[in-house]
Amino acid sequence: MESLSFPLLSFLVFLPLVGVLVLLFVDRENEAVQRWTALTVMGFGFVLALFVYGGFDPENVGFQFEEQYAWIPGLGISYHLGVDGISLLLVMLTAFLGPICVLACWTDIRSRLKEFLVCLLLLQTGMLGVFVSLDLVLFYVFWEVMLIPMALLILIWGHPARRVYAAVKFFLYTMAGSVFMLVGILVLYFYQARTTGTLSFDLTNIAEVPLPFSLQLWLFLAFGVAFAIKVPMFPFHTWLPDAHTEAPTVGSVVLAAVLLKMGTYGFLRFNLPLFPEASVFFMPVMIALALVGIIYGAFMCLVQKDLKRLIAFSSVSHLGFVILGIFSFTVQGVQGGVLQMINHGLSTGALFLLVGMLYERRHTRMIADFGGLSTPVPALTTFFMIATLASIGLPGLNGFVGEFLILLGTFHVKPVWAVLGATGVILAAWYMLWMVQRVFYGRVVHEENRGLLDLAPREIGLLVPVVVMMVWIGVAPTTFLEKSEPAVAHTLRRVQESVQTAQGRNAPWAMACAAWDHLTGK
Amino acid sequence: MSTLTVLYECQGILPVLILSVTGVVILLLDAFSPLGRKGQLGAVAVTGTVCALGTLAMTPSGAEFFSGMVVWDRFSVFLSAVLMAGALLVFLVSFDSLRRSGMECGEYYALVLFATAGMILMVQAAHFIMLFLGLEIFSIAIYILVGMPRHEKRANEAALKYVLLGGFASGFLLYGLTFIYGATGSLSMSIMAAHLGKAEKVFNSYLLFGSALVVAGFAFKLALVPFHLWTPDVYEGAPTPITAYMAVGVKAAVLGALVRTFWVALPTVHPHWSAFFWALAAVTMTVGNLMALAQDSVKRMLAFSSIAHAGYLLVAVVADSKEGLTALLVYLLAYTVMNVGAFGVMVAVQNRQESGERLEDFRGLAGRSPFLAVLMALFLFSLAGIPPTAGFVGKFMVFSAAVQSGYTWLVILAVINSVIAAYYYLRVVIVVYRPAEGASAEGPADGASRLSAGERGALVGAGALTAIVGIWPHVFWDLARQAVHVLF
Repeated sequence: MESLSFPLLSFLVFLPLVGVLVLLFVDRENEAVQRWTALTVMGFGFVLALFVYGGFDPENVGFQFEEQYAWIPGLGISYHLGVDGISLLLVMLTAFLGPICVLACWTDIRSRLKEFLVCLLLLQTGMLGVFVSLDLVLFYVFWEVMLIPMALLILIWGHPARRVYAAVKFFLYTMAGSVFMLVGILVLYFYQARTTGTLSFDLTNIAEVPLPFSLQLWLFLAFGVAFAIKVPMFPFHTWLPDAHTEAPTVGSVVLAAVLLKMGTYGFLRFNLPLFPEASVFFMPVMIALALVGIIYGAFMCLVQKDLKRLIAFSSVSHLGFVILGIFSFTVQGVQGGVLQMINHGLSTGALFLLVGMLYERRHTRMIADFGGLSTPVPALTTFFMIATLASIGLPGLNGFVGEFLILLGTFHVKPVWAVLGATGVILAAWYMLWMVQRVFYGRVVHEENRGLLDLAPREIGLLVPVVVMMVWIGVAPTTFLEKSEPAVAHTLRRVQESVQTAQGRNAPWAMACAAWDHLTGK
Repeated sequence: MSTLTVLYECQGILPVLILSVTGVVILLLDAFSPLGRKGQLGAVAVTGTVCALGTLAMTPSGAEFFSGMVVWDRFSVFLSAVLMAGALLVFLVSFDSLRRSGMECGEYYALVLFATAGMILMVQAAHFIMLFLGLEIFSIAIYILVGMPRHEKRANEAALKYVLLGGFASGFLLYGLTFIYGATGSLSMSIMAAHLGKAEKVFNSYLLFGSALVVAGFAFKLALVPFHLWTPDVYEGAPTPITAYMAVGVKAAVLGALVRTFWVALPTVHPHWSAFFWALAAVTMTVGNLMALAQDSVKRMLAFSSIAHAGYLLVAVVADSKEGLTALLVYLLAYTVMNVGAFGVMVAVQNRQESGERLEDFRGLAGRSPFLAVLMALFLFSLAGIPPTAGFVGKFMVFSAAVQSGYTWLVILAVINSVIAAYYYLRVVIVVYRPAEGASAEGPADGASRLSAGERGALVGAGALTAIVGIWPHVFWDLARQAVHVLF
């Protein structure tokens, strides 16, 4: 493994904390300095991320830019960072959205701007940390750390009506899932310690140890519940619409664009490589839940009256696609899943930004309060249309590539899944275009809408990069796909092996027997 | 015993001596210091405690002193440090609150010092008589401290309740000791262990009955369910700094004694009790957390949460391994700083308003004092076990030790409990960060919201320790590990 002398990843992760320290010393009244500080820090973070991207060698399937120091040596906990092709793209997405989020809250936040920016920067550290940690305890620490600033964002700057409910629900759901992951981490650690005799929470060490099938089943569930809640997958999704609706614009953007990806990333990083046989075993369940999520989410979108709620449910549907791709266990499917994570981050992020801009002008998010907006705000309408088309997968924009790859990968495994999944694409076109029609086209029904101001240069400036990325991924996806392909193939290696061997084992009673054996200690 | 030998032996109880002498000096000075200037006595108490803490820097010999009555080893050093750090924080928080409530008197400081001395004696006891003496010294001091606000009904009720039930508990403990004495022929821990041998599980009905009574006595002091019924009332009635002190100091001292009893004196008996400890831990966490959910008073909520934390601490005892006891010590340290911190913020709030116990009193604290609000959030998140705080490290180590010993189900129960706990801690954080309503909305410029140096020092200290233990736990883990080594 190569090791660079300059700890690039640590700088990237902890740079926002430096920003927090600077902000603490800025005078409360001096809001301009606060904004510029945050923007500079985020911008510089993106530059650092570009260095990581530039220095990344796609041929190398291992982790790169690794840094490892002992943290609690007695327990085998280390500070171990590194990126591979999968996390690289997510790190890029996070770093890319950082400055955009700061720009987006430029005029939006009217009270306690300083605390808001502190929360945003802490959140950035937590999210980047999750994607680059290779030590299970470190991962868990970052995973939980970013809970607090996100909950505070909803709690303090959220929509007054139901923000407490939404924040508490978000916090408790995520925590309830992650504590099971903690137990799973401990069990995994001690199994590893017993079989190899070394104490280590290091992912690269733990991945070497083959686990018995019965143990894999339990561990898959323990990790899976944490990730499924975060994604969110179908029965665990109820926190998402509330959190999205009540959060401030930037909170929704971060939540949709990055936080949800932690769940799908977790499945890809931990469940598939560590518990390959259990992953194969649970594949039908996961696929079924993903399909239910896709279709149910889409139908829920059709009946929403609130723009933010609609986009929130569309996230449930889109993230179902990602899960579908990941659990197809084919390189195309997983590649599509990875790309779709980025796509969803860009397009849904953009949609939330635009809805936020509308809300700032009109102080309502109800579809019925709009109508005919293309006349007063043509620029906003254009951007909204592009984001919508990206979201529903128009060829030439990013969404198409991801969805196509996912459906292609799934079709190889079972055509009927691809067919069911594809209905989600059709439904997406229906609910999204219908929403756009009701909001932007037709005649101006409400007089208040006639005088709305179109986008300011700042707003155009923050939207243009996002749109550029959408087109770039849509036209030349290979730029990004080639970065992640070796890592994806490497991750899938063990799962695909167990797909071959586990053909006859997929019976429900086998699961019951194995689980029972484990419980009774055999 | 010649004078010289006595002086030599005194090195084993140096912190206890310093604390007691400071206490006596304070009582003497109290007689000569005019009313209204009693605050200076607090400075004497702080100085004494700092000196006593300083003596811990010496490497302990691990030898027994006073013909096997006390032992001065790394285990006692670790717990003494935790106890004195707790006492120090409590002193610093107390200054203002005493002045405000007109309770400023030398006895307060002297009694806290005596209680600390008793607790330290208890954790360094190598003989059950010493253990009992330590227990009684700190119990009696705390009975008085609880009843200190003489004109408050609640405090009187609390003190009476605590004395009566505490008396019963001491009785149980003593009665149990007589059975153990009957079965082994000695009350010295080392002789007892030698008599019983280390080889196999001993089955002796006197010993079992005796140890059952001892466990009951300890369980009462630790407020384990179902021996906890006194706790909420006493914690609520006592002056808030004393509540903080009781919640952390008593637990540390009694758990130290419990560890010595079952690992040093009766290592062959405690396997009988592991299932019982398992059940106690499970019931204690669950009942503590469920009851805390229903509380409207933050003080009462923290009282129930301290019951729940006793349950988590017991999980470490159940783990029954070196790792478990190491985790126990680290958790005690973490629990001490974060709990005293949380109570400390409450004291600061009480000093600024008429009352600071109900949830409503904390509304809008972030607007009035961002400093207090941030610290309160830190302490509560730490109590809830969110990284990177001391509380997370403690929980992580306890759970990992329990999983290692094969108690995965107990850990699953414990993590479910910590989610429940997260809800009621979060509720306080939410209230702290909600804007105050109507008339009570004062600007941050309000002069009364300035903190005194003592409060500031205590809260910053507790906050810093909460963060340091959370971010660099290995220093404390190493110390705890060495402390536990002497027991095995």
